Amino acid sequence: MNDKAHLLIVDDEAVVRDSLAKWFQEEGFDVSAAMNAQEALAKMAAQHFDLALVDIKMPGIDGVELQSRMHEIDPEMVVIIMTGYASVETAVAALKNGAYDYVSKPFDPDDIAHTVRNALSHRNVERENTRLRETVATMTQPKEFVGQSPAMMGVFESIQTVGPTETTVLIRGESGTGKELCARAIHAASSRRLNPLVVLHCGALTESLLESELFGHEKGAFTGAQYRRKGTFETAAGGTVFLDEIGDINLKTQSDLLRVLQEREITRVGSSRPISVDFRCIAATNKDLEALVKAGTFRADLYYRVNVFPVQLSPLRERRSDIPLLVDHFVRKFSGAMNKRISRVSPAAMDLLERYSWPGNVRELENAVERAMVVAREPELQEQDFSVQASAAPECTRRSLESVEQAHVLSVIEDCQGNQTLAAEILDIDRVTLHNKLKKYGWRKTTAGAP
Amino acid sequence: MNSIQLLPIGTVDQSLLERLSKALTAEFIAGCEVLESAPEPSFALNMARQQYSSTEILASMTDRPVSAEARILAVTSVDLYIPILTFVFGEAQLNGRCAVVSTSRLRQEFYGLPANASLLVERLVKESVHELGHTLGISHCVNYECVMASSHAVELIDLKQRSFCRACRARALAFRK
Repeated sequence: MNDKAHLLIVDDEAVVRDSLAKWFQEEGFDVSAAMNAQEALAKMAAQHFDLALVDIKMPGIDGVELQSRMHEIDPEMVVIIMTGYASVETAVAALKNGAYDYVSKPFDPDDIAHTVRNALSHRNVERENTRLRETVATMTQPKEFVGQSPAMMGVFESIQTVGPTETTVLIRGESGTGKELCARAIHAASSRRLNPLVVLHCGALTESLLESELFGHEKGAFTGAQYRRKGTFETAAGGTVFLDEIGDINLKTQSDLLRVLQEREITRVGSSRPISVDFRCIAATNKDLEALVKAGTFRADLYYRVNVFPVQLSPLRERRSDIPLLVDHFVRKFSGAMNKRISRVSPAAMDLLERYSWPGNVRELENAVERAMVVAREPELQEQDFSVQASAAPECTRRSLESVEQAHVLSVIEDCQGNQTLAAEILDIDRVTLHNKLKKYGWRKTTAGAP
Repeated sequence: MNSIQLLPIGTVDQSLLERLSKALTAEFIAGCEVLESAPEPSFALNMARQQYSSTEILASMTDRPVSAEARILAVTSVDLYIPILTFVFGEAQLNGRCAVVSTSRLRQEFYGLPANASLLVERLVKESVHELGHTLGISHCVNYECVMASSHAVELIDLKQRSFCRACRARALAFRK
């Protein structure tokens, strides 16, 4: 238990020192004694002590002052003040100064034994807590955010700059560029890192479901609401809320969300009582929010509220120099997970990967490497292990103007969910021109704009 | 240790001493004799506390001629203290020859309860073995059932056995050799 804990007894009366030292020795402690503050501080400089019993009334430096000096040397040491008379004033002064407890002389043996034992176990719990917090802090460092290209260096710098602040961040980038990883890195760089990061994919939820996800609901608020449920903002208490695909939220929820971001208050569905919430907001989108604002499908005030500190993640095709680094990272990751001894990629295969356009970005690259790792033979990944081979043919930079235009027009119309007015506005051409181009490229509105 | 001398200080019930003597003989496998009573230890009385200093009683005993292999255990009915604590059940010289125990707080009457003679003997035996254990150089034991467990209250004395745990018995035997 607490055997061989080191105790320091400081008292100017020899009889007190001797009898306490003897008693604690019998209790199984390693005991040292000092007759005044100077001697006590000298002993502390030479040896580590877990706990000190300090008499409050001593010539020269008194117990309260000594206790402060002891904590300057070793803030973790437990100090218990001994008083001749149980005077409230001195005891309060000692406790205010950081003493763990005070005991009045003479001690009841049972009381002093309990006090010392509790003090030591309290100190041990505190120490363990600090150690666990440090462990958690290292565990929350995202390890997968890889890159050395100028674009990524810029992103890392932004994360370090904005991370420790409370600023709302808007992460923009194509799907698969690592928006969630970026959000995690920002959360990990903030003082909120020991509190939760709650991720909400707004695009995946219907209007009413999104509302109850965000704000929670009371029991019986709607059919199926059998229990009271906390929403994202409440769950994130003290942490960060990551709203992914914020461009997909409908107008009604947008106005609710705006209110939460402004007031830092939520009202559960089915309740009228506002609850104050403490969170930091990070949002992400792959949509052109400005265009959505122009088209009237995204509230301008919410846009300004969210777009405080934008972080732009470049698509992989614009930072090809990171591809070997990423491939290497994924190979190491999967070789460990699959227990396969593959540690390199053949030059031909790497060349293929570097030339491919990666429309699905890093996520697509990760999946391609994973698939290749499954089929590959040890010890290296070959060109034929990658299924991207066929589609790798059209090299990105050597394409006709028409094929680039076709790809761009089609991607914009898809992005606008078939809304030709909006797409024409983004492309800055008139609707008739767009209509003709779509016809030429054989586009048909098949999905009726449903996500 | 080959013999134990029991020294009654002040008035101590003779039958209590005899029962203690038997128990100690059994526990230590050593001869145990009851010495002639010493007078009340007025020299150790603290008037303000109305208690007797166990340390001073121990000091007065060191003059007695006792062989290196013998131990002397004083038994008294007065209430004992050491300056820093409100009371002690007993005190011993760690690795020394003298020890003292008090029956004062072992009696149920002290706590306002009806007298219980056999419980008093049981507690006295435990405390006596405990203090004699200290003279054999044994510190407090973390095993709460071992007689060397530290007891700051009678409830804790009642909880433990009257004999050493295996580890403490080994220490006691090692000392004897």
